[in-house]
Amino acid sequence: MANMKVNIAGVEWKNPVTTGSGTFGFGREYNEYFSLSELGAVCLKALSAVPRMGNPSPRIAETPKGILNSVGLQNPGAEAFLEKELPWLRQFDTKLIANLCGSTMDDYVAVAEILGDQVDMFELNISCPNVKEGGMAFGTNARMIEEITQKVKAVSKVPLIVKLSPNVTDITEMARAAEAGGADALSLINTLFGMKIDVKTRRPVLYNNMGGLSGPAVKPVAVRMVYQVRQAVKLPIIGMGGITTGEDAIEFMLAGANAVAVGTAGIVDPYAWIRVRNGIEAYLEENHIQDVNDIVGTVEMH
Amino acid sequence: MICELVKKTKLNETIYDYVIDCPEMAEQTRPGQFLHILCGGDAYLRRPISICDVTENRYVRFIFEVRGEGTRSLAEKNVGDRLDILGPLGNGFTLYPEDEDAVLLIGGGIGVFPLLNLAKKLEGKATTILGFRNKDAVMMDEEFACASRDVFLATNDGSCGFHGFVTDVLQNIIRNNKVSRIYTCGPTVMMKAVAEIAKEHGIPVQVSLEERMGCGVGACVTCTCTVSGNRKRVCKDGPVFDGAEVEF
Repeated sequence: MANMKVNIAGVEWKNPVTTGSGTFGFGREYNEYFSLSELGAVCLKALSAVPRMGNPSPRIAETPKGILNSVGLQNPGAEAFLEKELPWLRQFDTKLIANLCGSTMDDYVAVAEILGDQVDMFELNISCPNVKEGGMAFGTNARMIEEITQKVKAVSKVPLIVKLSPNVTDITEMARAAEAGGADALSLINTLFGMKIDVKTRRPVLYNNMGGLSGPAVKPVAVRMVYQVRQAVKLPIIGMGGITTGEDAIEFMLAGANAVAVGTAGIVDPYAWIRVRNGIEAYLEENHIQDVNDIVGTVEMH
Repeated sequence: MICELVKKTKLNETIYDYVIDCPEMAEQTRPGQFLHILCGGDAYLRRPISICDVTENRYVRFIFEVRGEGTRSLAEKNVGDRLDILGPLGNGFTLYPEDEDAVLLIGGGIGVFPLLNLAKKLEGKATTILGFRNKDAVMMDEEFACASRDVFLATNDGSCGFHGFVTDVLQNIIRNNKVSRIYTCGPTVMMKAVAEIAKEHGIPVQVSLEERMGCGVGACVTCTCTVSGNRKRVCKDGPVFDGAEVEF
């Protein structure tokens, strides 16, 4: 059997599959379908220093091969997470990634300080399109990315992943800014900012009017961006955007991702994460590849 | 879970009555729970559809209206086809054995379907009020008659039964009878009105909510409603909630 272990910024995952933040809650729901120990890492729902209500419903709209969401980072706050969710999560043999969100730079620093070293990695969420302050506002400006990365990195006791927004002109500029700020790894892409209008009511389907597009529809954009970022920086990359099958995951790894996240596919099929992991293994076996790391970035361009 | 469609009945131009063979689901189902169905075609997400009834400990029945892409594809399935279904999901209605016979079920339009299994579980003790737009939209009144102590029909235009809303019938019943509990499912405006009347009279009321849904299991947190100032997940914390606490 091929080696499935990957090393992301010094943290060893037993396989390259994690969860897309916000699609997996804190793991309790899908643990009824499979053990969280099956995954290389679990990327948890975004956490802020104080609880957040999120946006009113409707928060989801179906689109061709995808969805728009406008949840708006609803969460119980980092302290409630440590008390009520973390002890339960620790029974599993998997790495835990906390996704950090906030409205101001100080908020992000505060949540990193509250969590300390109690999770294995941080993912800096500066790419959520569904909040008025913070989120994407930080993640679409290179200077801001560098500054916030630096500030959070200064207090982080665990490796820091910066999650990039695709809603930019040049993704490589944002990747370089995160690298300059001291990011240990990058993840991409967050959702594409979109809108759907109900032609009967002539109003947007989402209460929040606009939201983030995810699912198979965004995959080619994500693969292209992973490829471009791979050419621009040396940091480990967690690739995501519409991954539904093992072959989709391989595509991201060929483009340069060291690991992958599955998110929206799991909303349709609760076993999507396991299917992707098994699909990667099957591909390696069929192609007589000994180590999953050997395929990273090996796409041959025309 | 993969379940075989064993019976398909077209109730009118847009409403279909399906029965699937699935002993495991049938055994677990409680009234008010729902199925999350992969419809096929161009529909990417599953569609949440409430369970109407369970029979012979192996058949699960659901009735749906064709409203868009997903339900259109679902309506094209044939007997013998295998459907990819998650369920039963959610928390159903809570039953109180001490209620005896002062229980009211109030359904409006396609919201009447999930109340049938509840009426049966209440062993014919419930009084049912069914509301529809007009005579042509009336459905399942005979089945409810078999499962209830009494059935009152109301139509908006008076073409069948009482001329008016279910809430008018409800007010009449409350005026002359003791009502210990109300269960309701239907359009949001109807449930809101029912919940207000119930609250006014101090009658406990359970409402079955609907919202645009993602995963159906509580993880994506998209199908939220507001209950006593907190956001709750319709799929996992509901779909049945205390009507006095829901902020419609």
